[in-house]
Amino acid sequence: MKPIWYFVGLFLTATGVIVFASGIYDLYNPPVQKTVLAELHPGVWWGAVILLAGVLFYMTNKNKTIE
Amino acid sequence: MATFNLNVVDWLILAIYFVFILGLGYYLKRFTKSQEDYFMAGRKNSAWVAGIAFLSANLGALELLGMTGNTYKYGMYVAHFYWVGAIPAMLFLGLYMMPFYYSSRIHSVPGYLKLRFDEKTRVLNGIAFGMMTLLVSGINLYAMALVLRTFLGWDWNVSMWVSAATVAFYVTLSGLMSAIFTEIIQFFLIWFGLFLVTILGLVEIGGVDQVLRNIPASFGTLWSTSADASQNGMAITWAGIVLGLGFVLSFGYWTTDFLVVQRAFSAKNLRAARLTPIIASFPKMAVPVIVVLTGLIALILAKTPGSGFALLQDGGQVNYDSTLPLLIMRYYPHGLVGLGVSALLAGFMAGQAGNISAFNTVWTYDVYRAIINKNASDANLMWVGRISTVVGVVLSVVTAYWAKGFPSIMDYMQAIFSWVNAPLFATMLLGMFVVWITPAGAFWGLLAGMGTSIAMFLGVKFHWIDPATLTLSNTASDMAVNFWRAWWAWLVCFSLTIFISLFTKKKPKEELVGLVKGLTEKTAREGIPFVKRPEFYAILSVIVLVILNIYFW
Repeated sequence: MKPIWYFVGLFLTATGVIVFASGIYDLYNPPVQKTVLAELHPGVWWGAVILLAGVLFYMTNKNKTIE
Repeated sequence: MATFNLNVVDWLILAIYFVFILGLGYYLKRFTKSQEDYFMAGRKNSAWVAGIAFLSANLGALELLGMTGNTYKYGMYVAHFYWVGAIPAMLFLGLYMMPFYYSSRIHSVPGYLKLRFDEKTRVLNGIAFGMMTLLVSGINLYAMALVLRTFLGWDWNVSMWVSAATVAFYVTLSGLMSAIFTEIIQFFLIWFGLFLVTILGLVEIGGVDQVLRNIPASFGTLWSTSADASQNGMAITWAGIVLGLGFVLSFGYWTTDFLVVQRAFSAKNLRAARLTPIIASFPKMAVPVIVVLTGLIALILAKTPGSGFALLQDGGQVNYDSTLPLLIMRYYPHGLVGLGVSALLAGFMAGQAGNISAFNTVWTYDVYRAIINKNASDANLMWVGRISTVVGVVLSVVTAYWAKGFPSIMDYMQAIFSWVNAPLFATMLLGMFVVWITPAGAFWGLLAGMGTSIAMFLGVKFHWIDPATLTLSNTASDMAVNFWRAWWAWLVCFSLTIFISLFTKKKPKEELVGLVKGLTEKTAREGIPFVKRPEFYAILSVIVLVILNIYFW
């Protein structure tokens, strides 16, 4: 059986990619209704943080199995 | 009224979450072959897996929304729920109680009562726990539908049935294993989905120093205003915090509530089981970074002219639970909104799955096998577990509809724990550490403790009892009454159990080996270096706890 950390990695990678990509899109196509501190582009850097965490979990557990 | 406006990106993240948890349930089914797999997750989890699940089972969305709102209302005193109101009990469970629980190879907390005392005490607790669990699960479901309708405009019935069906699907297929896996996904979702609110809030306000500088003085301390109940927002004295929350409610919940303790039972060995609550104590101490800081940030924003931030009003009453969702709306662009909503949804659903997986175990072992079919086979127990999962989910939905008709039932949520857990902690404490406590003493003491708590609740509710009589002070908030009611229920159970035990028949000592201190061999420690022992991590946890309390004194 794959360890739970493998699935955590997959999940965070998938959501990280979407949040990051959405942040990049907003960077070039700013929404009409802006959120507070939108100028910090939280989607971009927070998406990158989630993606990085996801990739780390995935890479360190992709070859592991547990009994 | 402001509501979340989800776009396709947000829906995509929500869809990924649902696909993942349903897929996990399906994937894990092939590894669920015996009753041990279904009810105890095979007893093969590491301390980290069991530890994070242990914490997540408690970290529901209702708690996140409620405690953030409570911080807005009461200030930093809410941190007591995460520090003195949790950590000592979690460490005590790991260091002193887990050896009795784990070594006796029981499947549930009522199972210990059967071995230590007798069948009637087990059944009493099993039925009380089962009812409490379904009630809490139903109220949780109702609260979820309420939040989703308020902030997303989702249909009440669809929200409840979709989430209930999802939980029923994966818990029915693979039992505790899938509940634990989804709880860990939930843990990361909550941190990655909600921690950003704190970061952006601090950026807007100007840092932690500015937060502490801009709140009322009594809202930024933990103990220095606790000598006089009228001097702090929660209207409680240090005695109420220490005795009611720090001792009875906290120890009652963390050491006896099967919903959390079941996660430790799933650990692969005694050392991992003992480490489970100790490891969980570290992220538990960090949760106020989300709930307390965001509550204080919201308080400052609401008092800042021109900030455009104000909590919702329901029928003239401030809706404190709207604090966290409104901050998500304030800061999160699309994509992150989907993540934040998924985090809240995950918190609700994992909480429900935790309740249902604890219910199906207690029902199967402590009611079905204890009373109905003593010789049930492995396959039969698994079948009953799956059926009771579906029945439990349906009963939760029925409870949720009931709660919808009587919204004041939400007030009962906190009270329920003091009905069942507070007196049970007295029974457990005496049972594990005093050899001469008798089955009759335990049964009647437990019954009297539960009765006392319910009677006090009704007494205050219908104005038969002055709340100040319970709290021993002139001012008494609902929270203070909860803490003190738990203390009195515990004291009644504790005293009566001892008194009755003095005159009733004791169990032979040979039947208590491994169940009571003094009749149990000490935990083997040979070959394990000190830095790998549970005691070492418990000391670290205590050091962090002391530093936090002194810093925010």
